[in-house]
Amino acid sequence: MTDAMPEPTPAGAWTATTTGAEVAALDDAGAGPRTFEPGPAEEEEPTVTLRVWRGDPSGGDLVDYTLPSEEGEVVLDVVHRIQATLAPDLACRWNCKAGKCGSCSSEINGKPSLMCMTRVDELPEGPITVTPMRTFPILRDLVTDVSFNYEVARRVPAFAPPPAAPGDYRMQQVDVERGQEFRKCIECFMCQDVCHVIRDHEDNKRQYAGPRFFIRYAELEMHPLDTNDRRELLRQRMGLGLCNITKCCTEVCPEHIKITDNAIIPLKERVVDASYDPVAWLGRKILRRHKRSPEEAAAHPR
Amino acid sequence: MAEHETHRYDVIVIGAGGAGLRAAIEAKARGLSTALVCKSLLGKAHTVMAEGGVAAAMGNVYPEDNWQVHFRDTMRGGKYLNSWRMAQLHAQEAPDRVYELEAWGALFDRTSDGRITQRDFGGHRYARLAHVGDRTGLELIRTLQQKAVSSDIDVFMECKILRLLHDDSGTVSGAVGYWRPSGEAVVFEAKAVVLATGSIGRCYTYTSNSWESTGDGHAMALWAGADVIEMECVQFHPTGMVWPLSVRGLLVTEGVRGDGGALKNSEGRRFMFDYIPEMFREETADTEEEADAWYEDHANNRRTPDLLPRDEVARAINSEVKAGRGSPHGGVFLDIASRRSPEYIRRRLPSMYHQFMELAGVDITAEAMEVGPTCHYMMGGVRVDPESQAATVPGLFAAGEVAGGMHGANRLGGNSLSDLLVFGRRAGAGASDFAEGRDQPPSADPSQVDAVLADALAPFGRDGGENPYDIHHDLQSTMQSLVGIIRTGSELEEALDKLGELRERTAKMSVAGGRAYNPAWNLATDLPSMLTVSTAITQGALARKESRGGHTRDDFPAPDPELGKLNFVQRQTSERGDGAPIHIGPEPLSEMPAELRELLEEGH
Amino acid sequence: MTTLDNTTVTPVVIGAPRGGPDAPTLRQDRWWIQPLVTVTVLTVFVVYSTWAVFVNKDYYVGIAMHRDLISPFYSPCIAGSCVAGAKGTAIVANWWRITPALIVIGGPLGFRLTCYYYRRAYYRGFWQSPPNCAVADGHRRYTGESRFPLILQNVHRYFFLIGVFFNVILTIDAVMAFRMPGEGGIGVSVGTLVLCVNAILLWLYSVSCHAARHLCGGHVRTFSTHPVRYRLWKLLTPLNGRHMQFAWASLIFVALTDLYVRLVASGTITDPKLF
Repeated sequence: MTDAMPEPTPAGAWTATTTGAEVAALDDAGAGPRTFEPGPAEEEEPTVTLRVWRGDPSGGDLVDYTLPSEEGEVVLDVVHRIQATLAPDLACRWNCKAGKCGSCSSEINGKPSLMCMTRVDELPEGPITVTPMRTFPILRDLVTDVSFNYEVARRVPAFAPPPAAPGDYRMQQVDVERGQEFRKCIECFMCQDVCHVIRDHEDNKRQYAGPRFFIRYAELEMHPLDTNDRRELLRQRMGLGLCNITKCCTEVCPEHIKITDNAIIPLKERVVDASYDPVAWLGRKILRRHKRSPEEAAAHPR
Repeated sequence: MAEHETHRYDVIVIGAGGAGLRAAIEAKARGLSTALVCKSLLGKAHTVMAEGGVAAAMGNVYPEDNWQVHFRDTMRGGKYLNSWRMAQLHAQEAPDRVYELEAWGALFDRTSDGRITQRDFGGHRYARLAHVGDRTGLELIRTLQQKAVSSDIDVFMECKILRLLHDDSGTVSGAVGYWRPSGEAVVFEAKAVVLATGSIGRCYTYTSNSWESTGDGHAMALWAGADVIEMECVQFHPTGMVWPLSVRGLLVTEGVRGDGGALKNSEGRRFMFDYIPEMFREETADTEEEADAWYEDHANNRRTPDLLPRDEVARAINSEVKAGRGSPHGGVFLDIASRRSPEYIRRRLPSMYHQFMELAGVDITAEAMEVGPTCHYMMGGVRVDPESQAATVPGLFAAGEVAGGMHGANRLGGNSLSDLLVFGRRAGAGASDFAEGRDQPPSADPSQVDAVLADALAPFGRDGGENPYDIHHDLQSTMQSLVGIIRTGSELEEALDKLGELRERTAKMSVAGGRAYNPAWNLATDLPSMLTVSTAITQGALARKESRGGHTRDDFPAPDPELGKLNFVQRQTSERGDGAPIHIGPEPLSEMPAELRELLEEGH
Repeated sequence: MTTLDNTTVTPVVIGAPRGGPDAPTLRQDRWWIQPLVTVTVLTVFVVYSTWAVFVNKDYYVGIAMHRDLISPFYSPCIAGSCVAGAKGTAIVANWWRITPALIVIGGPLGFRLTCYYYRRAYYRGFWQSPPNCAVADGHRRYTGESRFPLILQNVHRYFFLIGVFFNVILTIDAVMAFRMPGEGGIGVSVGTLVLCVNAILLWLYSVSCHAARHLCGGHVRTFSTHPVRYRLWKLLTPLNGRHMQFAWASLIFVALTDLYVRLVASGTITDPKLF
């Protein structure tokens, strides 16, 4: 068990070529449904070229893989075909292949995208560049270490409803709908990846929750039964003020959650209520409004 | 001894889908040190794919609903092959498990008076499924995940377990595996182990399951000497996508037919009218007029044959394709475009509309979908004690899809999510009790660890051998063509031979590159599980000489009342481990108490 | 209960190697068009409005032309230097001798500067932070809106209220524009319509504001117990979805309104009466 961190696989081993070089012809490895037949000689068959970043923490490079194209494919299909034929050890994270689990996040032609939901025929002609998410440390090839997100998740103060017997909670549909939008999140972490606050400013990772967790905080702040107040936490420790609402998180969200408009800005306004708005502060002092403990809330439901 | 890191826990749970998470939460809540080990990242397990809902007789929509009705529906759906005690516990405890999720932050859709609302589903007498739109599985896994994180359970993500370890007495004492990101070995020593590894779908070419569903738990239980039952009962959902290749097998919800979609062959004929079995003739429409009128008026018309049970529809599609009347890509047509308005389709089936639009470029409001059967769910699994979910070897527990018995020969929609919660909790409790009662610290024989790791790493030592992807591809085609929806004795025999050949080929597998996140090697380590499970499915299918629920034999097309009283139990007896023979034999189902039997007879 | 206590800095390894080529962006589309358009339009507006503010003439079409049209940059005209007719009834700054637009411009300018949409636009366009999604930030250091001066963005809700005050004034101006002084009676000219459309766009821009959506109902935890606030919120939410469009439309139209009044006032064109 000493060879735990192996050398990166030499890319040339399977007729793959580094960027810019001619695509080498491949041996026809016998008959079979997944046999790869190279294109260059008889240019009849249409091909697809994936320019994949291959490497590990010690470095890496873009490598071109050319395969015959197949109708209706998504980028993840091409990656799978490369694994089965040209580069069996090409690392790529995936699970459901239906846009529901959020595992195969990567950057396709420079844009954060799910590989399983990006159709090859909808991309512009020419090689398709596939690179790992930029914001997180690289593990290997297209796989990054996303543990930052799980660390942030551990720091979210848990949902705290007032105590009640099973089945005694009542919530109206209009009140749960706001939270339901945020709970569509599939945790692909592409919003975290695209957010320049940590993408371009690594140090901020220590003190920034990121869009995925801002929607989690928003969901809890808008939960009809929750009794915690997370606003000071958001302001002082979770870096809500670092967000400059440039809205890239919303642009890349595969679930079309309106992260900025429905979560981050409402949270910012709530923080204004709690910390910056002198009138709101005065109002609280005069009316003696304060957050109630779960027990108080249970004893005197509003 | 091979170099590895070692972790000690009271309870380890293998698998972080709904069942695994619920088990870990329970063990942790009882104050035991608990680890959750999963092959993927936390929150990506196949549970996220569940759409319909959690079946629980809460009676929020129909107050007349209760556990007795739910129990009866479940038993009838399972063709009475279920463990009656599991079906009873499931029906009784499901409502509390749902309410528990609510207290942990789940946001279910509500009734107008603020309760959790419930929806209708096939086989359930009353509207019973608590749901969140069509993404209930995601809600369930996220709620449990957040609860697990806030309970401070140690999670080992992207960690593949290869084999269970046992002490001298044969009691399960832990597990050995490797970290996928680094390839480094890891050993867990635990007083009790819970298997929650899910399904076996990846043994088939066309499946709605994710890559993780390789039957690891089924296989590891067998290798540890535990019993598995009913491995022949695999559920094929009749409508999976068939085109484009990219999404082959992806589920097309039953709701499409429920909302007016009709199945047609290449001649445009609604062929389901030709496949109405005798036992459903009474209650099924035999003209298109009556079938179409049923959607509007259930009282005066009989049900459309498009909504016959899943096994009947899957068989019919299979026959049409075999007769050469299939669609261009080997399925049949599911047409709702010509039968409902575009607005109606978009409103009722938003996720289906987007699924076809984004993945297939098909506008289902304008053209027909191409669909075909897809491997969907494993009814069979580890034989467990209904109360504690204990397997037949001490120290081992199983919950969720990897456990057998709950669903009998066929599972009702909605019963899987409730199964996860009810028996996940029970497995966590059972494992905790066992761990608390175990005074000896668990110890694993280092030679076991060495042997397992040597086996797993062997492909790196070979050059120019078999490609694991090729073996997997051939395994899938074998299972798909010979042990698929319709089975015959001779084909099953052939499949066993081919599986034997495939096993020989795995001994010659070679993998290039390093151990860190090497998918070829990861697949190579999944193949032994898939081969073992495939063998067990095939043996079970060969033994059950009848057609019942998810298991259909062309050579024995009818159910056999005598076989309906038997479970087929498989186990490795003298010799254990990967590749050892699996013994199979019938065992009678346990006797159902009279009061439960009466419930089944009511309403017939 | 507040949850601030016992929360530590996220323990994360800083500076671990990242994957992918070391390039500012791998995007192949024309991502620079969007920030370029933003910069261009905003620059043109700033240049034009600065000139319009300091030129201090031709901002009012009065009785001589049988109209009552005032440029939005100069309303309310409350300085001693305001031209006759335009001058408001409540002069608060009789001593003010330079351009009266300077008194007025601060409110709407602050509203737009602190607006959540414009912040996005100028952070991307002018500050390059980031120029576009998945394109490297133009700056090494970044503290977002967590420190002075950008922490002042949090006063947006007060500028919203100021913006509403100006909308009321400009609405009155639009109503007054129906009068045809010296001609007698009421009529509609192109100038009337211009002032009306301007007021409508400004109202749409104001009420679609994120702070408005929060103040009117977004801040409540349960809508079901606040039915009036919920209805307001439901009304504003779709408008809020078009905040960007209203922001651009009202910005451009406010300049066009000034330009129209200016052209009429300077006699370059006449304001045609429609009916």
